[in-house]
Amino acid sequence: MQETVRIVGVSKTFATRSGEVHALADVDLTVGEGEFVSLIGPSGCGKSTLMRLVADLEQPSAGTVEVFGKTPRQARNDQDYGIAFQQAGLLPWRTVAANIALPLEIHRVGRAERKQRVAELAELVGLSDFADHHPDQLSGGMQQRVAIARALAERPRLLLMDEPFGALDEMTRERMQSELARIAVETGAAVVFVTHSIPEAVFLSDRVVVMSPRPGRITTVITTGIGRDVARDEALRESPAFFEKVTEVREGLHGVPVRSPALEGR
Amino acid sequence: MSTMSSTTERTARIAAPVLVGLLGLAVWQLLVSVGGVSEYLLPSPSEIWTELRENSEAIREATWITGGNALAGLVFGTVLAVLLAAIAGWARWFDGMLAPVVASIAVVPIVALAPVLNSMYGADSEYGRRAIAALAAFVPVFVNTLRGLRQTTPLHRDLMSTYAASPWQTFRSLTLPSATPYLLTGIRVASSLAVISALVAEYFGGPRGGLGSFITTSAATSAYARAWAYVAAAILLGLGAYLVTVLLERLVQHRLPTGSIR
Amino acid sequence: MSAALVDPTNPVPETAPVARSGHRGGLWLARARAVGLGLLGLLAVAGLWEAYKALGPEDGVLVGENRVLPRTTDLAMPHVWDMVQRLGEPVTSLGDAEPLWRVVLDASVVSLGIATVGWLVGTTVGLLLAVLMQRVRIAEWGLLPWIVLSQTVPLIAFAPVVRSWGSRIEIAGWEWPPWLSVALIASYLAFFPVAVGALKGLQSPDRIHTELLRSYAASATDTLRKVRIPASVPYLLPALRLGAASAVIGGVVAEVSTGYLDGIGRLLVSYAGQASGDPAKAWAPIFGAIGLGLVAAGFVALLGVLMRNYRRGEAV
Repeated sequence: MQETVRIVGVSKTFATRSGEVHALADVDLTVGEGEFVSLIGPSGCGKSTLMRLVADLEQPSAGTVEVFGKTPRQARNDQDYGIAFQQAGLLPWRTVAANIALPLEIHRVGRAERKQRVAELAELVGLSDFADHHPDQLSGGMQQRVAIARALAERPRLLLMDEPFGALDEMTRERMQSELARIAVETGAAVVFVTHSIPEAVFLSDRVVVMSPRPGRITTVITTGIGRDVARDEALRESPAFFEKVTEVREGLHGVPVRSPALEGR
Repeated sequence: MSTMSSTTERTARIAAPVLVGLLGLAVWQLLVSVGGVSEYLLPSPSEIWTELRENSEAIREATWITGGNALAGLVFGTVLAVLLAAIAGWARWFDGMLAPVVASIAVVPIVALAPVLNSMYGADSEYGRRAIAALAAFVPVFVNTLRGLRQTTPLHRDLMSTYAASPWQTFRSLTLPSATPYLLTGIRVASSLAVISALVAEYFGGPRGGLGSFITTSAATSAYARAWAYVAAAILLGLGAYLVTVLLERLVQHRLPTGSIR
Repeated sequence: MSAALVDPTNPVPETAPVARSGHRGGLWLARARAVGLGLLGLLAVAGLWEAYKALGPEDGVLVGENRVLPRTTDLAMPHVWDMVQRLGEPVTSLGDAEPLWRVVLDASVVSLGIATVGWLVGTTVGLLLAVLMQRVRIAEWGLLPWIVLSQTVPLIAFAPVVRSWGSRIEIAGWEWPPWLSVALIASYLAFFPVAVGALKGLQSPDRIHTELLRSYAASATDTLRKVRIPASVPYLLPALRLGAASAVIGGVVAEVSTGYLDGIGRLLVSYAGQASGDPAKAWAPIFGAIGLGLVAAGFVALLGVLMRNYRRGEAV
């Protein structure tokens, strides 16, 4: 089975005015079909950079990135992924419906088909009643829901999300996590999810990738073992198994980087 | 995505406008000497340079007059603007009354007042032109100063009151340093407007002797190269005023940084 | 207060206030209050004029040799009501002369028309240049410094020279009409603030929006149409307002410099010349010129209302 994302020996260095910044060093990672993978680590560990490399918003300084067996640029041109950032990034002059329709418009999808798809997506994120509102009339959580609907517009098999719930309050955040989990299962998409909330990572993911401070390496990868059939709800958050996994991730965050076997002997 | 290194970018940013300027001059000279464009339409840069050198004494005197008018207008306009901005910042109703007046002055051709002012002050007085320059300078200084006076956030005012600071102390330590950079920005913008207005007012009559009146008379007597020489002097005057006020602004900004107040 | 008044070389966006439902009444009351205070302000200006006339020294305020404030005689400073009354009277003492206000109105309309042509041309060129500078970085680096610089120097100094050009240009028997010189100068002055403001606006979209469109593999033209142009509206409006004001001012000055006969410029100069005999008459074209500026600003304000959807902020 073809992997959704395959990252091998990737490093990324930025040239800044105050010298070189080594954001990532020798990172290996694969994401399987329909798998939910979280990237977690302290600020500056390169988790966002790693996601951006997959999105073709940055290019690696060394190593390779493959998305559905293609280069990230090709995957981007083929619109194989949908992306959501920490800010919703909605265009203020467009209504909710028009914002969701943005990628469809750019890819010249016909009007009737656009209308139908937008209605479906608005329904999926529970905002059908707000389709004619403008972003400045919506709360932060609602704006993020629109951003997620927009990311799903072209039925991508891969979702890239960079701390999409970071700007929300805790209660809204937990609600949105349940929503996202449901959507991920319903659409069957793989998700690469960047966060620095440990409970969020454990709650949502099949695997949690713990990264070290700059230069970013993968410290450890923890399998949550929470199956797809387990409901993502309050009961899960309060279960002892959940707390154990959270503890495991926390300890991983304090741990030592794992040497990638591909680099042994270099 | 930038494909240039930062040093290449820096040199390119400086080289590009210089090159464009040189190119423009070259094309100009070419058009006149080779392209056969008549001297009536466009004297060559070299001819204008000659006229500048030959009439340098007269040009200097004329610049003095126009520049003096602009400066007088700038000073008076600034003083009035700061006073009124202080009152407007303190009393909302005053600001409400003044705001549309100021907004109107900003969009109407103030120079329309020039002929009438010249006859009010007398045809041999420079004060009509100075009044116009003052009016032109007033608007940006007023708007910017008012904005600067409003920069103190409720957070800072609360802080001052926890120190039991007197109104004067609050003004000195908080309001004045916050407002000063804005005042200087206003003066920078106003300086250009004052020069432009002082110059344009001369097209509308009044005593002879400024740059504007020489431009009109030279053009009227078909001495185009000379007219352009005076135009060049006017441009230098405007540039000079702008540079002086930019320097002033930078000097103060260095010691009183603005930046968003958190 | 217009954002362009703050600093035309550093454009700042103007976002529109969004009226939440239920606050409708409050917004109208606030607007009415603002208008009321504004009218009071205008009355105060007239009041100041009369107060100076009544209280000031008859020979004006003299500092040494120089008269700093004008004489307060009726000849030098007519009463405000005299000015208004004069508008209704015939323009000259000839038999069938039209009322003054009519003459001024006709001239103002002509000037407005020319200034509008100038503004349209200048705005179009400014917008096209802004799009070019946004697309091609080297064009921005090479041209923008000159454009910003030109806002600080008296370009209007060119006006008398442009007139001489116009009078000599003849292409295939078509003569350069005099109003075209005026329109050209007006367009030249309107072009600069529009180019600067439009460029700033086109460059204003947040990285998040441009990256979003990059993730859609959108072309530069798509990004321009869907994101940059709508995002530029809050920057464009103050620039258009400044451009309109510049076009009006440039038009009036150009009329005087080129000796154009049909506009308000000629009236300004000629009636002021008659001020020793008929002082109130000289103020009539001034009211016309003021009206001209206000109409131009009002037109841009109307554009702002039409485009208010594009001036919404992002925050809740």
